[in-house]
Amino acid sequence: MTAFEPVIGLEIHVQLATRTKMFCGCELVFGDPPNTHTCPVCLGMPGTLPVVNAEAIRLGLMIGEAFGGELAERLVFHRKSYFYPDLPKGYQISQFDEPLVSGGRLGDVGLERVHVEEDAAKLTHAGASGRIGGSTSSVVDYNRGGTPLAEIVTLPEIRSAEQASSWLRLLRETLRQLGVSDVNMEEGSLRCDANISIRPVGDTTLGTKTELKNMNSFRFIEQGINAEVARQIRVVESGERVQQETLHFDPRTGSITSLRSKEGSHDYRYFPEPDLPPVQVPAELLESARASIPELPLQRAERFRTELGLHEESARLLAFRRALGDYFEATVAAGGPEADRQQIANWIGNDLVRRLDAGEDTDPDPAESKVEPASLAELVALVGAKTINRKAGEKVLDVLVAEGGTPGPIVEREGLAAIGGGDELRPVVQAALDANPDAVEKLKTGNMKPIGAIVGHVMRETKGRADGGEVTRLTREILGL
Amino acid sequence: MIDRDTVLHVATLSRLELRDDEIEPMARELSAVLDHLETIGELDLEGVEPTAHVLAERSPLRADEPSPSLPREVALDQAPDASDDGFRVPSPQA
Repeated sequence: MTAFEPVIGLEIHVQLATRTKMFCGCELVFGDPPNTHTCPVCLGMPGTLPVVNAEAIRLGLMIGEAFGGELAERLVFHRKSYFYPDLPKGYQISQFDEPLVSGGRLGDVGLERVHVEEDAAKLTHAGASGRIGGSTSSVVDYNRGGTPLAEIVTLPEIRSAEQASSWLRLLRETLRQLGVSDVNMEEGSLRCDANISIRPVGDTTLGTKTELKNMNSFRFIEQGINAEVARQIRVVESGERVQQETLHFDPRTGSITSLRSKEGSHDYRYFPEPDLPPVQVPAELLESARASIPELPLQRAERFRTELGLHEESARLLAFRRALGDYFEATVAAGGPEADRQQIANWIGNDLVRRLDAGEDTDPDPAESKVEPASLAELVALVGAKTINRKAGEKVLDVLVAEGGTPGPIVEREGLAAIGGGDELRPVVQAALDANPDAVEKLKTGNMKPIGAIVGHVMRETKGRADGGEVTRLTREILGL
Repeated sequence: MIDRDTVLHVATLSRLELRDDEIEPMARELSAVLDHLETIGELDLEGVEPTAHVLAERSPLRADEPSPSLPREVALDQAPDASDDGFRVPSPQA
């Protein structure tokens, strides 16, 4: 049987973080009462004229610059015509053959283009099914209509649902750190469609693609793509052909249904927007966009890896969540040149994050916790120097999270100081050996398994303050192993 | 010559209802318009940029500053049908 591979391209719409709409001065406020932010322009009244929001263009240019795309020298808008109540003019002002940005790349996926356009309004259907169809009248809220959008189109370089969702996470974090969008998938400020086709492994031509619309979470994106790839494989294996169509994935049932598209034929009749003659992109907008690019997640991860010596996984974890990355850098700075950066990364990425976790999809910011970077740096140093063992360190962190303060006094107050080297610990180990003659017999034959019993005994006696490695070392020393 | 099917397709896209006796004249008129434009095709336009706009002036850009929106009652008052808070339309896919 032939093996198939998926070929996936993504189209991502992001609402740009401007104060006002793309072509008029209506303010953008998510969650306000319906139809309280409209004017003759965004209601599509005859005789009105659009005027381009410079900030939307600047944010679009920032996206292009961040991804290394080619920035257009002039702004050219086109009309995309279709009749639908969410589009009061009967057309959307978009871009066509001269997008704001051409090419570019983010991580493992190349980009085809980035263009700017206006968002449609929000249509609420009277039917309670939650899906289009079955209702007889609908209500339109034009608050969202005219919101500036950037549409980011990737090349068909994605080969799995998992790759799609992890790349999309990287994109979302990069856009967030660029500050160009809220990238909130639940509120719809980042929306993703996937173009999906399959082909026999080894083939280089592209199969007929379908478009899976508007998946609003990373989980749905993975599920939806997997379901559609499986559907296409079934279609092809049953000897039929995949039809080019627009599809809807229902995450509750896992089923895929065909959407009757807005304009059956996709006949959008693009033509140059007569109300907006082309305009040169102003040099100061370009300069401002270029000057506004911060260090982005991939570059930061690379710096954490090469300059601070973190493992790849830690570097990405901290760099892809800005709050964690900032906190990490503050802790490293507080720890001075002697600090063990990988250990600091581990404590932040595992122990601290787990203690602060505020639920799925909300990333905790350690800077807002009671744990000062300097305290964490000190804690990591204490554990590193074996002044306290790791278990005790975790208890100290519990206290730091709950009360703040510095590790030193907490170690003293809670009696967590490790029982140091030889002198203090040796009698305890000796006692443990005396109490476990069977274990000692086995240890003497070179079978190190029973060491666990000895360490356990010592830990009980010292209330967990001993260092396991030190107990092993002393055991070997005493028994002459 | 534009045929009957093309006229009907364009009419659908434009949400126009044509009576049967309007279709043939429409086909003839649209063909005449296209024929007229065809004359441009006779010119040698190699290297000439398409003129999408005849305006000499260029579009200004706007600063991202809010300006007042319409009161909701005023906006909704323009609509043939409205609910308390929105424009009511026939369900597009019913």
